[in-house]
Amino acid sequence: MPADDAAVLAPGFADQITAIVRAEHGRVVATLIRRLGDIDLAEDAVAEALLAALERWPVDGLPPNPGAWLTTTAGNKAIDRIRREGKRDAKHTEALMLIDDTPPEPTGPVTDDRLRLIFTCCHPALAPENRIALTLRLLGGLTVGEIARAFLVPETTMAQRITRSKQKIKAANIPYRIPGEEDLAVRLSGVLAVLYLIFNEGYLATEGPGLRADLSAEAIRLTRQVATLLSDPEIDGLLALMLLTEARHSARVSDGVLVTLDEQDRSLWDSALIDEGHALVRRCLAANRPGPFQLQAAISAVHTDALDASMTDWSQIVQLYDQLFALQTNPVVALNRAVAIAELDGPGVALAIVERLALESYHPWHVTRAELLRRLDRRDESGAAYERALELAGNEAERAHLIRRLDSLRR
Amino acid sequence: MTHYLLSVIHAEGLPHLSEEEIQQSFADTGVFNEEIKASGHWVFAGGLEPPASATVVDNVKGTNVITDGPYLETKEQLGGFWVIDAADLDEALAIAARGSHACKNVVEVRPFQGLA
Repeated sequence: MPADDAAVLAPGFADQITAIVRAEHGRVVATLIRRLGDIDLAEDAVAEALLAALERWPVDGLPPNPGAWLTTTAGNKAIDRIRREGKRDAKHTEALMLIDDTPPEPTGPVTDDRLRLIFTCCHPALAPENRIALTLRLLGGLTVGEIARAFLVPETTMAQRITRSKQKIKAANIPYRIPGEEDLAVRLSGVLAVLYLIFNEGYLATEGPGLRADLSAEAIRLTRQVATLLSDPEIDGLLALMLLTEARHSARVSDGVLVTLDEQDRSLWDSALIDEGHALVRRCLAANRPGPFQLQAAISAVHTDALDASMTDWSQIVQLYDQLFALQTNPVVALNRAVAIAELDGPGVALAIVERLALESYHPWHVTRAELLRRLDRRDESGAAYERALELAGNEAERAHLIRRLDSLRR
Repeated sequence: MTHYLLSVIHAEGLPHLSEEEIQQSFADTGVFNEEIKASGHWVFAGGLEPPASATVVDNVKGTNVITDGPYLETKEQLGGFWVIDAADLDEALAIAARGSHACKNVVEVRPFQGLA
């Protein structure tokens, strides 16, 4: 590429490269793991390829297919490393032979390396929290810091968790493949939980500016693939939930400030995604095997049915939350239910529920408290709660929203 | 291929088996053993005498001390084990599931070091 293409990348090229790398990370790592048969070797090679990209791209301009460039470069880096370190055992010799650009052998309905990787990362031999962490790291390309934040644990703890999980995959020889028919259904629920967390990462990034729509799109894409592989109402439910959430994407941030559901310009909602989501929810209702994702999708369907916020059927939403709470008795569901209760029975009733929940380290708890206190005109307490939420919230658009709320209190 | 240790754990809280059920579990375990020999997964296996039969040897510092065992006084005890050769963890887990059902005990699956 001619050097003057570098001008395209000049303003904020680092951000642009970071965004591309984020989008391509899962695909590149998954392919490298298949070819190398070693997660650490693949990760190191990809990390080296990223450094090379940061060095080359600003000078040479963006390659026509950045993902393929990263995959090829990472493959070459891995070969260099294997040769440099003189690791010539059988496995690595095999890896050297496998380094080529031929497509993988078809092994079933799904040949996407990322799905292989997801089923490995979500293997039941790994602790549930480790499955999610590993998938976010390897497929989502999130940093350890971002994952630690999502899990409300220190970064060192998360780093150890991911390292140990990779060691277990290696030591116990957890296979890198899509499970057979007999195990597929059981493995699926863990995968769905992971996909939802990836979606949420994209929907509301834990750190830095803006929303990470690439991750949400990625989660939707992978969920669609899982849906073609397996028939299960919870897959439909998860897909519907994602689509109905994604449909509100354009309305969710305005001028860098998060817009809450009740204040969103509903004409900006994506009606095609809403129609698809509603059709999936109807299919779930017909299947009559309710599960957590289906119930959350149904709640989202009620919201997206209302032409404006005042027309929302809150009693139906509270009923659905009651069902959800029966299936998933945890404080986060109770918190979301309380938000609906506030609309039905008033902020005082909701606040009493919220105050009983042990969620001090979860910033939405502080946001909800602040909001309810604001509506009760308890301004000082509300302001303190917004300030606490601000200390914990990492997303810039949300922070801007919270600062605006805080300012309006003090006016 | 990976070697896995399948430890048979005599855990507390499992339903008490009648004499007939115990005999049945022995018979089922015998059948299972023959099956994994035939399928080529078998490396070695054995049942262990009760922990009270154990003796502890400590010659770490060169001054040998022999004491009555077991070394660990735990509620869960190792009752026996299989060493198997399996393609990967999924295959080992599937074999362990059959073994657990045959011997009516919890089985822990643990890989040996290296890819021997």
